Amino acid sequence: MCNVCGCGAGATRVDAGAKPDKGRRHHHHGGAEEDTGSLMAIHEHDHDHDHDHGHGHGHDHDHDHDHGHAQDPAHAAAGDLHFGLGPAHAHAPGLSQPRMVRIEQDILARNNACADANRRWFGAHGVFAINLVSSPGSGKTSLLVRTIEALHGALPLAVIEGDQQTARDADRIRAAGAPALQINTGKGCHLDAAMLGHAIGHLVPADDSLLLIENVGNLVCPAGFDLGEAHKVVVLSVTEGEDKPLKYPDMFHAVDLMLLNKIDLLPHLHFDVAQCIANARRIHPGLEVIELSAESGAGLSAWLDWLHRGVAAARQRRSAGPEAQLAAKG
Amino acid sequence: MHEMALAESVLGLIEDARRRQGFARVRAVRLEIGALAGVEVEALRSCLAIVFERSVARAARIECAIAPGSGYCLDCGQTVAMDALYAACPRCAGPHVQATHGMQMRVRDLMVE
Repeated sequence: MCNVCGCGAGATRVDAGAKPDKGRRHHHHGGAEEDTGSLMAIHEHDHDHDHDHGHGHGHDHDHDHDHGHAQDPAHAAAGDLHFGLGPAHAHAPGLSQPRMVRIEQDILARNNACADANRRWFGAHGVFAINLVSSPGSGKTSLLVRTIEALHGALPLAVIEGDQQTARDADRIRAAGAPALQINTGKGCHLDAAMLGHAIGHLVPADDSLLLIENVGNLVCPAGFDLGEAHKVVVLSVTEGEDKPLKYPDMFHAVDLMLLNKIDLLPHLHFDVAQCIANARRIHPGLEVIELSAESGAGLSAWLDWLHRGVAAARQRRSAGPEAQLAAKG
Repeated sequence: MHEMALAESVLGLIEDARRRQGFARVRAVRLEIGALAGVEVEALRSCLAIVFERSVARAARIECAIAPGSGYCLDCGQTVAMDALYAACPRCAGPHVQATHGMQMRVRDLMVE
């Protein structure tokens, strides 16, 4: 559970929408869930602890752990994937003298290792991956639908949708004509790199394609979680406040591009575009901004050009080999 | 920031270390959090207390050092101290300061037995 935003740790589900192509599935993250090929893993933990405290310095511990790991392949056909239901629990018996153990690792080291694996996979396959973030209701999904329609036949692309619940967004994307996979994060408020690794294992984006990842609608938590994408892109709509970049600075600091959406509504609103962009650049000097409307199509060509350039660069790096892919990291 | 996910990640690093080093209990955990990392330290502490509860780090003392933030001011060309990502330059009051330090979130070391 997130103490700050109130989200909870819960079951995460991937809805592939169709049976995954097992022959093409890739595995780059170790872990029981993937190795089974099953799409659901339930971990049950029973803990019994007996503590006997003597009168001297003696301290006896008796620990009894039962760990049941139930796989439910019945859910495979439905394309559901549940992620870990909590941290590992373990005790080791016996005591020794206190000593220091150096760790010196980033708290997100595990996530970052998964993100690096995703990034290597994208590099090896020439996939240009974009992580779209915004608050709920900024028009991310509508923008994606419009983007898919505009790129139809011009660029191979796929979409990974992150939401707490429902497969509505993935259904909208599929209806627009692109392969899509829904990740439900349960009570989780962001996608992480391991979830994305599972998702690309099921979706298997085509070589030299565009992968659009729509993160959970949340301007806070997704900022800190690298998925292995080439760029984070924030969608801010003019129906929100122009001070949002100041209110959510971490996100606007983390992104490489801001899409200012719904500009067709500007005549009806008191929204200062120049002030909004100035606020974003106060947090992130030099931030690139594209003003557009998914509804009217205004400004869409600049966004499509940006995507085309990214895909072309990813293809070029793939053909240039691993050194160029490594140089493009980050 | 998602403090519970961070707390679970800290426990993951501790469990990794336990598998390597084979200790029985964690007495203390020392963290280093950058002032610009976007982490609410008190929220992180309470999340750590929750995820540590049934683990090898149960009741471990949590020491959290805050690393100061600094950045490079594009307006005056100096390296300056930063309290927040959107703070103006304390030297020239220019708004274009690029953060360079204070974004880290690290587990430094553990006191174990």
